[in-house]
Amino acid sequence: MNIDHQLAQKWIKKNSKVLDLGCGDGALLEHLQKYHGVTGYGLELDEHNINQAISRGLNIIEQDLNDGLGRFADGSFDTVVMTRALQAVKNPKNLLLDMLRVANEGIVTFPNFAYWQNRVYLGLKGIMPISKTIPHEWYNTPNIHLCTFKDFERLCADNDIKILDAVAINDDSHLPSKLMQKVVKYAPNLLADVAIYHIAKG
Amino acid sequence: MNQTTIPPYLDPSSVGIVRPQTIHFDTPLLLECQRTLHEFDLVIETYGTLNADKTNAILICHALSGSHHAAGYHSKTDTKPGWWDKLIGKGKAIDTGQFFVVCLNNIGSCHGSTGPTTINPNTGKIWGADFPLITIKDWVKTQVMLSDYLGIDRWHAIVGGSMGGMQALQWSVDFPERLARAVIIASTPKISAQNIAFNEVARQSILSDADFYGGRYLEQDTYPRRGVMLARMLGHITYITEDAMKAKFGRDLKSGKFMYGYDEEFQVESYLRYQGERFSKNFDANTYLLMTKALDYFDPTRYYSDDDVDDATALKQTLARTQCQFLIVSFTTDWRFSPERSAEITDALIANQKPVSYVNIDAPHGHDSFLFDIPRYVHAIKGFLNAPLILKPTQNL
Repeated sequence: MNIDHQLAQKWIKKNSKVLDLGCGDGALLEHLQKYHGVTGYGLELDEHNINQAISRGLNIIEQDLNDGLGRFADGSFDTVVMTRALQAVKNPKNLLLDMLRVANEGIVTFPNFAYWQNRVYLGLKGIMPISKTIPHEWYNTPNIHLCTFKDFERLCADNDIKILDAVAINDDSHLPSKLMQKVVKYAPNLLADVAIYHIAKG
Repeated sequence: MNQTTIPPYLDPSSVGIVRPQTIHFDTPLLLECQRTLHEFDLVIETYGTLNADKTNAILICHALSGSHHAAGYHSKTDTKPGWWDKLIGKGKAIDTGQFFVVCLNNIGSCHGSTGPTTINPNTGKIWGADFPLITIKDWVKTQVMLSDYLGIDRWHAIVGGSMGGMQALQWSVDFPERLARAVIIASTPKISAQNIAFNEVARQSILSDADFYGGRYLEQDTYPRRGVMLARMLGHITYITEDAMKAKFGRDLKSGKFMYGYDEEFQVESYLRYQGERFSKNFDANTYLLMTKALDYFDPTRYYSDDDVDDATALKQTLARTQCQFLIVSFTTDWRFSPERSAEITDALIANQKPVSYVNIDAPHGHDSFLFDIPRYVHAIKGFLNAPLILKPTQNL
């Protein structure tokens, strides 16, 4: 399980209902289901991931997140999780609001475009940055709405979305993670490459 | 031995030579139409081995023109395997190395189980048009009797495509405690007005055939060949797609030029006539009428929802009864039972917080896709049938 999964599960209550948007191969959902008594559904589009998640005994619905969450009733989940998919959807604002319609709380992670390496890359080379967290060329990237921590927080403020907690991590770092966490805290928008936000209705 | 010389029945993934068996039931069966069958036969085939605690059994429900012969070959010279041979066998989606697979021929069919072509014990004559109209719910009832006969209290899974999927869905609400998993493929919660319309054209073509004789054609030593042929031609068009037809025939002409007549000119005409002709020889007209009516009548919400609620609410109320884990499968090009219809089942289950997975498989073959071994489809079913059940049977999410 990667670091944002580990952090996400910290905010998910035992025996609660979870909707995992872009659940991948279902690793997080399986972990939550097995060890935290969590139940729920995962939404995914990639066929290989879907089959993998189904064979793990998970409930997986093939769905494009761009179609919204209309098939889920208001407040039918405790938490909606979306790891590293926000930047790839057509209308991130609508999806965020839809997430907080079907659940009280949300957990969102996304790559931070303001990460110092991206700034250096763009500043010095003059071309769109490519890194471990944003690995595609500009012309074939699924990430059509890259943003920074500051951008995301402004979006939340403008749309009455409460930020319960936020963790900035450096997934790209080779430094020991505890030390890195301490350093990142001072200037997350500059030093972290992945953001993890715990949000709720305002 | 050279691979190409191995006869198909000896292929290691094939269930090999299989033999159907007939099971006689003499418990009266009250049908939904309020008539009673005092006795009836079911023809079944089984593949694989039932384990000691009888927990590895999978029931396969057939579609309109299917039968009990789902996999394997009937003899060493048989060249055509059962209708779902691509999915049932050793290591296949429905793995006979692990599971005991049962497929039956439904009553009302013409492949050996009691139906319009068998003898009515009360009169000693062929049932013909006197055979009662059967519903999906009736079939499920007979399948429960078969389960009891086989000593299977709870199926590991009940699997079906198209009309077979309807039977699996009906099972999940009529006998929720008797199945752990349901696989509902290219199916629908009930058929559309357009589908009923197609069925009606098919029926009218049979009913208006001069050789139909009010359904008593077998006594006249004939059958409504043209009627059944037309019905099948129409059906066939709706089961496939324009793209599939284009790929297979395009506008190709048999002789390469226009003949300015009504004989078979285009390849597609000749194909449809051939398929229709072959089908009319092997399929009973009364069975075709009965089966299409069973499709039209199908509505699992009938006994389980409040009056005056909309379709979505009725389905939600009905599926609240279910206790199994569902896999719903649709195909992108299926316009007969479109992906939207599968999504309706999925959404009604989600509304009840029931365990369900849904996949929409990209395939070019239209409704008939469920008969093909499309890798993604095969893997989804295989993974689902082998996956652990996380929830207890009665538990919602």
